[in-house]
Amino acid sequence: MICQECNERPAALHFTNYTNGEKTEMHLCERCAQEKGELFMMNQGDGFSINNLLAGLLNIEPAFPKTKQSTFHQEEVIQCHECSMTFPQFVKIGRFGCANCYETFKEHLSPIIRRLHSGNAKHNGKIPKRIGGNLHLRKKIEELKLNLKDLISQEEFEQAAEMRDQIRSLEKELTDYQGGGN
Amino acid sequence: MSLERFISQAVSSWMSADGPDSDIVLSSRIRLARNLSEFTFPTVFKNEEAKQVSETIEERLNNEAFSDKSQLEFLKMDDIQPLQKRVLVEKHLISPHLAENSTHGACLLSENEEFSIMVNEEDHIRIQCLFPGLQLSEALKAANKIDNWLEEQVNYAFDEQYGYLTSCPTNVGTGMRASVMMHLPGLVLTQQMNRIVPAINQLGLVVRGTYGEGSEALGNIFQISNQITLGKSESDIVEDLNSVVSQIIAQERSAREALVKTSNIQLEDRVYRSYGVLANSRVIETKEAAKCLSDVRLGIDMGYIKNISKTILSELMTLTQPGFLQQYAGGPLRPNERDVRRAALIRERIQMETQNELGG
Repeated sequence: MICQECNERPAALHFTNYTNGEKTEMHLCERCAQEKGELFMMNQGDGFSINNLLAGLLNIEPAFPKTKQSTFHQEEVIQCHECSMTFPQFVKIGRFGCANCYETFKEHLSPIIRRLHSGNAKHNGKIPKRIGGNLHLRKKIEELKLNLKDLISQEEFEQAAEMRDQIRSLEKELTDYQGGGN
Repeated sequence: MSLERFISQAVSSWMSADGPDSDIVLSSRIRLARNLSEFTFPTVFKNEEAKQVSETIEERLNNEAFSDKSQLEFLKMDDIQPLQKRVLVEKHLISPHLAENSTHGACLLSENEEFSIMVNEEDHIRIQCLFPGLQLSEALKAANKIDNWLEEQVNYAFDEQYGYLTSCPTNVGTGMRASVMMHLPGLVLTQQMNRIVPAINQLGLVVRGTYGEGSEALGNIFQISNQITLGKSESDIVEDLNSVVSQIIAQERSAREALVKTSNIQLEDRVYRSYGVLANSRVIETKEAAKCLSDVRLGIDMGYIKNISKTILSELMTLTQPGFLQQYAGGPLRPNERDVRRAALIRERIQMETQNELGG
């Protein structure tokens, strides 16, 4: 097999990447692999394959033809007002310029994020204490409401009543919080 | 410098300490990616802004003690020698990207090197905790503690829908990458890795060898980590990884048992040949050293070799990398000189073991 980078020397390193069952292969000779940098030699971080393949993945999004057809502007490109990154730039390098980019590119982002995270598009993990504000409370209430449903379906009414009281007190806390927050 | 002193300075706690299932799992790592809301990401930020990020973090963290026990050291990439950086990379304390391509990059190191905080890597902040053996939950706990402490000092970029905002969309959400380094000679020798790797991939986890993927891993050491960071909680991600790792451990153990049953003498021969190479060679390349170290470690785990401590694999895999060899030599070395140095260091290290044995 010939190296796919220089098309000269025989390939010595074979990379296979599986993402959700999709297989991508790379075949490189030792020299090209070395030129690709230390990423091949170090197994740190996200590695070579993901980030390089990412740009290709993002490119599939047919987000652009629509805006290009606009008759008012010759080329309407979405641009982040905080860091001036444009959507095509983001697609090209596969990285955001700042936190605000998530808001700026919101419309086109959801399918990309879903594809990267097995269909997930909502954070379900840790919430920072200070910045998360009342998000903690709301999450907790959501969780307890789910528990309450379970308890009712299992006919554990005594525990369900306790749960209901707990939810009420948390909801009160939430309205107090919102009242005090303005 | 004597080898003993060099090693004691070079070895991080995860390499020398014992952890659960450490016959197969060498280390567990948790990495959290965080960004400050008031600055643009390292993807686009200019020199001045990068400096501000670094200064902000240094300042805030200097004022606030993390814990009474642990002293933190703030290392600026611009202030340290290339060789020192390389050594930090080889110890997995910082990434190659931080060492070579960051602007005003820095890292905070804990004294025992159990955790490090990278500043201005791909994200403003990357917290990393490294534990020996299979201790993902413990590492997560430690990382969370650092994360909470940091959150009190700086403003994180956080979004209700997308969670912690990261410069790469593959990290958004929890910003967490959990990984374990596993020594799997049994599965490689019985040629089961080619079957297992795709199965692990289908579960949303990634398998990497030190040099790439599949059966070509250096020293039979594989890194397994989560692929998805959004939509699952940190503890769920860790639990999922834990359960897959436990299954791999069981498979590796049964592969080792099968090897002993079917080809005991061949296995013993392989172990002792490799031991002979390590104890006697005068020139040795990385790849051969890694293979032999893996065999010897397997020999220790299986009870063939008794007088050598089992930390030898992770220790020497780290110490025989180019950066460390050059630091030990006290200057730059050409590749063929490194091979000579590597052989000498390994011989000396093995002698140290047998002398300890005689002395004790």
